[in-house]
This record gives sequence, C-alpha cells and structure tokens, in this order.
Amino acid sequence: MSDGGVNKTRRRLIFATAGMGGVGGAFVAVPFIKSWNPSEKAKAAGAPVKQDISKVEPGQMVTLAWRGKPVYVVHRTSETLEQLPSIDDRLKDPESENLDQQPEYARNEQRSRRSDYLVIEGVCTHLGCAPKFHPEVKPEPFDPEWKGGFYCPCHGSRFDLAGRVFSGSPASDNLKVPPHSYEDGNVLIVGVDEETA
Amino acid sequence: MQKKNALMAWIDDRLPVTVTYEKHMSKYYAPKNLNFWYFFGVFSFLMLANQILTGVWLTMSYNPTAEGAFASVEYIMRDVEWGWLIRYLHSTGASFFFIAVYMHMFRGLLYGSYQKPRELIWIFGMLIYLMLMAEAFMGYVLPWGQMSYWGAQVIISLFGAIPVIGDDLVTWIRGDYLISGITLNRFFALHVIALPLVIVALVVLHILALHEVGSNNPDGVDIKKHKDEKGRPLDGIPFHPFYTVHDIMGVVVFLAVFCFVVFFWPEGGGFFLEHANFEEANGLKTPEHIAPVWYFGAFYTILRAIPNKLGGVVAMGAAIAILFVLPWLDRSPVKSWRYKGWITKVSIVVFAIAFVILTWLGTQPATATYTLIGQICSVIYFAFFILMPWYTRFEKTKPVPERVTV
Repeated sequence: MSDGGVNKTRRRLIFATAGMGGVGGAFVAVPFIKSWNPSEKAKAAGAPVKQDISKVEPGQMVTLAWRGKPVYVVHRTSETLEQLPSIDDRLKDPESENLDQQPEYARNEQRSRRSDYLVIEGVCTHLGCAPKFHPEVKPEPFDPEWKGGFYCPCHGSRFDLAGRVFSGSPASDNLKVPPHSYEDGNVLIVGVDEETA
Repeated sequence: MQKKNALMAWIDDRLPVTVTYEKHMSKYYAPKNLNFWYFFGVFSFLMLANQILTGVWLTMSYNPTAEGAFASVEYIMRDVEWGWLIRYLHSTGASFFFIAVYMHMFRGLLYGSYQKPRELIWIFGMLIYLMLMAEAFMGYVLPWGQMSYWGAQVIISLFGAIPVIGDDLVTWIRGDYLISGITLNRFFALHVIALPLVIVALVVLHILALHEVGSNNPDGVDIKKHKDEKGRPLDGIPFHPFYTVHDIMGVVVFLAVFCFVVFFWPEGGGFFLEHANFEEANGLKTPEHIAPVWYFGAFYTILRAIPNKLGGVVAMGAAIAILFVLPWLDRSPVKSWRYKGWITKVSIVVFAIAFVILTWLGTQPATATYTLIGQICSVIYFAFFILMPWYTRFEKTKPVPERVTV
C-alpha cells in the first residue's frame, strides 16, 4: 500500500469516478435549465392579430396586442412623411441599417409596408417600457425641437414618427417593426409577412 | 447527580448541545464596547424571521397566477382575518429589512469590520445582500400591479444588454416572449422556496465565520490579545446573558418604530408600496413614472446616469461588484475610522451623502438636472472605492490603543 507516498492507481480511479460524476451532473442539469424555456403553450400563443384600420383618422394611433406586446399603428399625415428625412442627422440609425429591427420590406424611408401607416412594436429598445405617443409638432420638455414621435417615460428615449431613435437616447436601436401585411387593402395582419389574400 | 444533568449528559453524548450553546452563546466573548451601530445585525436577523413567518402565512391565501394574483392580494387585504396586518408586516418589513441591512453594512464600513481576518464574513454578507435584492425584486412582482409588471420588464430587460446571448437569456428568464403568468409563477417559486433557503444558509455561514474570528468593535482592537488566566478576553463579555439582554432592549425600540409605521404609515408615502401598484398589471400601458422601490434607488440612478444601454448595465453591476472586494481595497494599518486619517473620515461622510442622494434620485423622474446630479454622485460612489487603496495607505493614522475604550 502507500507508505508515505500516494497510491497512484487509486488516485486515478478517484479522479475518473469524480469526472464521470461531473459529466452525469451536467446531464442532469439539462432538464432543469431547459424547463425554463418557453413552453409549447407559450410558443403557440403568438397567433397573428387582424384589425381593420380604415377608421383610423390621419394623425391618430391605435394600439393592438400581439403576443401580449403593444403594437402601435399610426396613420401618418403627408406633412409628417415629408418632414421625416429632415431630421436624419439627429438620429442614430436613420437608414435602418440594423436589419434585426425591421423586415426587409420595411427597410425604407418610412419604415413601413404602406407609407401612410406606421406599424411598430410599442416596446422601447432600451429596457422594454411602452413609449408614449406625442404626435404634435411643438416644443416638449424633453426636446425643444420636437417634430412628433414617441417618448419613453422610463428613461427618456425618443423616437420619431418612423420609430427611429434619436441620438442622446439611452436606447441604441430603432423601434422594431413586426412582420405585418394587409388583406383586402384595409385589414392589417400583424404577425404574418406575406399577403394572404 | 441531578436528574436534569443526567438528561443533558445523555443528550450531549449523542448531540453536542452544551458545547454548541457555550461556543455561540454563554462562552462567546463579544467586546464590551459595542455601541448603537451593533444593533443592526440583530435587527436584520429579526426582520428575516418576520419575513419568513409572515411570508408563509401569505402563501396560504395568495394565488400565483396572472389571472388571480392581484385579486388574491385584495382578498388578503379585505377578507382574510388579520390579512391586512400580515401583508403589511411583510411589505413594510421588506423596507425595514433593507434599512437594517444598510445600517449594518455602514457599520462595517465605519469600523473596518471587513478587514483581515473578517474578509469572509464580509463576502458572505455581500452574498446575503445580493440574494436579498433578488428576493425583494421577485417579491415585488407577485402582487401583479402595474409597478410589479413594468419593474419586472425593465429589470429583466437589463440582461438583454449582454452581447450575443442577451435576448435569448431574457426569454429564458421570462419563460415567455413577454412578462406573463409563467414569469410570475416561477418568481413565486424562487421567492418562497429557493432564495429563502439560500439566504438562511448564507446567514448561518455569516454567523459561523463571525464566531470563528470574533466580533470587531468600534475601536478596531483585537480583544484576544489580552486574556485572563482562564483564557477569557479581558475586554470581552459573554454574549449570553449580556448582549442578549442588551439586544432585547434595542429590539423593543425597533419594533415600536416598525409597528408604528405598519399601523399608521404602511405604504411609506409611496416609497414602501408605490401608488401605481394599486392598479392591476397592463402589458399595453406603462405608468407615467416608473421607479424602483427606494432600496434599489442608488443602483437604478447609476444605471440611468450612463446614456448607453450596455454601459449603464455594466456600471450598475460594477457598483455592486466593487463592494465585494472592499476588504482588499482598504490598505489602512488600522481598522476603525476613529484612528484613520482625515481623508478617510471626509470620504466616508461624502460617500454616505452621495449614496443617500443616489437612492432618492432613483425614485424620481429623470430630468436633466437630476441626471446631472446622479452622474456626479455616481462618480463620487466609484471614486470612494477606486481611490481607497491610495488614500488609506498614505494618510497619517492615529495610534490605536491597546485595550478598548469605553
């Protein structure tokens, strides 16, 4: 036996056993960690929502709930659309270069499929609050040169009427445009990319 | 031999009751000069017991679902006999727990209680504090009011700032693509089972580590240097009966204040229970002004002080992390601020004021002026720790007495 020294065979066996135990422990951890992922029920809850938007007057906004999140639908006036390029130099990403924030068909000046209707998720890209709609062109406490847009009450992020984030906001990205399409011209479907009609 | 002793001997042969009692109570020698500040450890322990007792009772009537949570809290407040009292003891108790813990931590800062050989006590204490923050945050989600919901939204979104894995991590924590009943249900499990178990275990380690090296004191003098012929510290007195009786007196005063607030001011003017939380959670509408409960205020202000998502989250994490390494930042040859130089004394006072301002700002809306003050105080907060290795080493300290002063 080990007289003063170490029985190397036994030590190797102990290491091997401990190693196997560690591997087993890691495997056992998998179901516990995975059980925190969204369940099948939660995954299935993301069904598309439909809304007839023909009643939304120019300048008005309606809020839909899609996957539990607020989705803002703004009927923009032609004046609003005209002044959009004029504030490009005050924005972080005026050209929508972050491709995660909108589908390809909304990567344009208006950030929308139909230029008069803005469809964006009302989830601030900073920490997830719902930004407030401030459509009027007037000096606001948070921005003396306000041209209309969204202001997040939580940490003061500002977005224009195309959901583009202003420089100096804690948010880094533009508001996200969800997948959306239109059916029969005036029925908006949020959650589906392709026209179904 | 008396019957009682025979029974005790029988038990002691099988379970070390007498030895343990002597080690931790009747023969645990605490310095005789412990002052007012040394009450807050006991108060923290008392509030832990209060939270566990009232918490167990609350679970008997609470319903951890998105559909039922808000109504079940109203049910507790209105229909359950004495339910309002048990709930207020718990909700106001959380704030008093944090008051006690903050005072207890500040005591450690004043008298250098984190210095060698008490580094592990400090680290266990910091782990308790960290777990307590998680515990308090998850507990605040359970009533499922507007502030519960949007507070959870903001805090969980903080993890989204982590590069690459951030978004998936947030979904994993929520268990859904938004804060939902699934999130509420798992927070309930963590709040009532997992975290309390961890906290209690850490408290045991905190106290075992303390009793191994002995309590510090306002002079920062090692009382074990001078012992009598029986090996008892000359400046020490047995914890029981001296400090048990002494602490009961403090507990009476503390509970009197606590009960006064619970009965007459349970919402703490919107600081203990925020007004927006009296409205049920609505995922489509953020309240006008969202703010954390006061005890998170300082770290929230530091988060907001930096106009960049990742930067803010990193600063907030660093503000908590830096507390863990405090024992290695303080290079002073003396423990207590009584014998440290004027730079330390001024720094501690300025730091304390900055911390109070940060805490208050965290509960206020972020205007340009407040953000600027928040940024200045954040700099003070970090400077206090980052510069500590220099000013504690080079400043002139006073000689420490051999024995404690009373």
